[in-house]
Amino acid sequence: MVGITSYGAYIPLQRINRKTIFNATGWSTAAASMPGEKAVANYDEDSLTMAVAASIDCLDKLEREKVDSLYFATTTPPYRERQNAGIIATALDLRPDIRTSDFSDSIKAGTGALLAACDAVKAGSDKHVLVCASDCRLGKAGSLLEMTFGEGGTALLVGDTDVIATLEGFYSLSYDFMDQWRADGEKYNRIWEDRWVRDEAYTKFIPQAIAGLLKKYKLNIQDFSKVIFPCIYLREHAAIARTLKLDEKQIQKEMLTTVGDTGTAHALMMLVAALEDAKAGDKILVASYGNGSDAMFFQVTEDIEKAKNRRGIKKHLASRKDLTNYEKYSSFRDVIPMEVGFRGEVGGTRVSMMWRERKTILGLCGAKCKHCGTPQYPYQRVCVNPSCGTIDEMEYYRFSDKKGKLFSYTSDSLAFSASPPEMYGIVQFDGGGRFAFNLTDCEPESLKVDLPVEMTFRRKYVDYVRGIHGYFWKAMPPRA
Amino acid sequence: MADGIKDKVAIIGMGCTQFGELWNKSPEDLMIDAFKEVIQDAGIEKKDIQAAWQGGPEFTAGSVGDSALPLAQTLKLPFIPVTKVENMCASGSEAFRGACYAVASGSCDIAMALGMEKLKDTGYGGLPEFSHWSTIGTKHRIIGANQTAPGMFAMLATRYFARYTISPEEGKRMLATVSAKSHHNGSLNPKAHLRREVTVEQIMNAPIVAWPLGLFDCCGVSDGSAAAIVCRADMAKKFRPDPIYVKALQIAASSGEEEMFNEYDYTHVEPTTRAAERAYKEAGIKNPREEISMAEVHDCFSITEAVTMEDLQFSPRGKMKDDIMAGRFNLDGAQPVQPDGGLKCFGHPIAASGIRMIYEMYKQLQGKADKRQLKNPKYGLTHNLGGIPYRSVASIIIVGH
Repeated sequence: MVGITSYGAYIPLQRINRKTIFNATGWSTAAASMPGEKAVANYDEDSLTMAVAASIDCLDKLEREKVDSLYFATTTPPYRERQNAGIIATALDLRPDIRTSDFSDSIKAGTGALLAACDAVKAGSDKHVLVCASDCRLGKAGSLLEMTFGEGGTALLVGDTDVIATLEGFYSLSYDFMDQWRADGEKYNRIWEDRWVRDEAYTKFIPQAIAGLLKKYKLNIQDFSKVIFPCIYLREHAAIARTLKLDEKQIQKEMLTTVGDTGTAHALMMLVAALEDAKAGDKILVASYGNGSDAMFFQVTEDIEKAKNRRGIKKHLASRKDLTNYEKYSSFRDVIPMEVGFRGEVGGTRVSMMWRERKTILGLCGAKCKHCGTPQYPYQRVCVNPSCGTIDEMEYYRFSDKKGKLFSYTSDSLAFSASPPEMYGIVQFDGGGRFAFNLTDCEPESLKVDLPVEMTFRRKYVDYVRGIHGYFWKAMPPRA
Repeated sequence: MADGIKDKVAIIGMGCTQFGELWNKSPEDLMIDAFKEVIQDAGIEKKDIQAAWQGGPEFTAGSVGDSALPLAQTLKLPFIPVTKVENMCASGSEAFRGACYAVASGSCDIAMALGMEKLKDTGYGGLPEFSHWSTIGTKHRIIGANQTAPGMFAMLATRYFARYTISPEEGKRMLATVSAKSHHNGSLNPKAHLRREVTVEQIMNAPIVAWPLGLFDCCGVSDGSAAAIVCRADMAKKFRPDPIYVKALQIAASSGEEEMFNEYDYTHVEPTTRAAERAYKEAGIKNPREEISMAEVHDCFSITEAVTMEDLQFSPRGKMKDDIMAGRFNLDGAQPVQPDGGLKCFGHPIAASGIRMIYEMYKQLQGKADKRQLKNPKYGLTHNLGGIPYRSVASIIIVGH
């Protein structure tokens, strides 16, 4: 039996109330109004960093060596050539002898990757496939899409042992329906007329995909505990539910007013939310949307209880901070380009060095001396323990999953930061090892000696001269 | 068995330019101005110099280039050995060390050390951004925290306050007392960049740069240059009746354990502590608190000067606050520190600072410190620190009659 063996999600800390956006842009022609709030990725986050965060949530205690394959689904990859799934795999410290693939160019790619992963396991090609999806799509200032889009990520582990939700069937539709599009090199999504999108796509494709699935497997809609489908028009979401004749309790709540439309991650985030409340025996149907629809259904097993400790959707939703400044929000993705000053200039990156040090930099692996047992970061050949000093008796030691405390810290108004002040501190890791890291997703007022912190994968800088996104780890107070 | 440098080297001449935002002075001008004074003070000619050490420039190599040629070609030194040395903010002391060892070894009779920095061509305030530029090519370019010097030293204060249960207000008052004292001394020094008195209240209320350090807890950014001419001790009296003798020359560099092992306490600087222990042994000093008459320390930030008092054994561990608040280190106190105003008033042209510190000790010992003159100083100590607390190089030099 093949299916989901673990799940995880990630929602950025900051939330912007849509009224804040409307107050700034409502005067303009195309401005739209929508209720609720949406999640905003910090200036140091992107689709790749959010995928790493969701994956770490999903992998939980599974030994990283067990992952055979990693698929990453996004329409907003940082690189158009340099496999993004490969960067994620290195950050997660996976083995190199695995298959990695990027799934792209449609918000349906998340479910596409999930189905491909199930096929790979069913065919016996892999035992553990990690599927992660996240997006950071942009709408122009004052557009409907600026209102709609939110940021977040999700990850699902697919396998054939200890399955928590077996994949029972699927039915896919592929339609070259250009409701939203973005040509290569363009920064902002475009959308055709809402009425056309609503009437000709959502209203038609989702019921059609679900009907196809029900017919194929001779099922009844009443068989399902939860029916999950995304829709950026809340009234239409309710109308489709009525068309499908769903009971109130079968409808999986849309996340538009709490997180926003998270692209490839969206349907899967709603699936994770459903799994968080699911019981053994539940049948769950999910139909994604985007240039057609992938519909599939799962049967929840007894093992579902094992996954209930993930941060997932619930805990991330609860951990939040209001972003009240529209201009600051707009600066994070360079919608409003801000002056960075001379301190913001970034020195050239040495790529061959990045490759040589990839386990240290992307994987946050240091060394553990086999002679004296001292963990130390970064990886080094000469033991740092003054009573040891042994050369070349080291093994790699992963710090990315270790907790720590702030031994000291400061809040710096001089260093360049896209969200000042720049904060940093000395992280003393539980179990040994210490290093200085920048801090993120925290308030200067909350900093104190011995503050508990965990490590988070972030985009530290962008070298625009050489077109390089510099990824590394920062410390932050745990989200949950 | 090596017996150290004590009384083997004499300083027979020193020079120091005006320090400040010297918009009209080029790097070459700075070198020449210091050179003219040092030559005149030593009473020698350029052709008498047999070897030279150039300290820095550290951050402003872009202005002049990276070898020892800037010094040789600017001063038109006649094909003598010239060496560029680099140890970050301790480069000035490092240049002095090279010149001293050269004459002590007997390989030459007269050597010169000159340190220079032209920081005001960088285009912005504060030290040039180093966490990206100075680490290019190493993994520290990416794994090193985006930081500034004030931030890294501020962490000493954060941890010190926590360890010794000092409230933020009391802590900031202690730090402000350190800076106010130096500003008073700088007001008496025509060569200093900043020459106005500043009050403790002004300092405490200044804008925060990196918590808990405010604007006046941080030394300024300036241009400047300083030079020294040394010879073997037994030749010194040929040049002047009042040469000053080198009693100790010690450096210590971080081993990596403060940064990456688990035991460094972030309330002191280990290289300073070790270099000082060795320097006192080399100079025969048994009780630094009683015997060191005066000191110029590396007050890049007020907290640095404060913990240095403990590292140098002027104050017992945990007791620097008591001594600072009692005025021990004031110009009229029992153990004056920063009699010339320090980095606080001169700013920190990186490679010049170490030699500027020796300049003040030299003038004080010769009775030529004018309005800042201390009564009968016996031993002067300079402390010159390059880097950040857990990754640093500390130089301790002791001079006397």
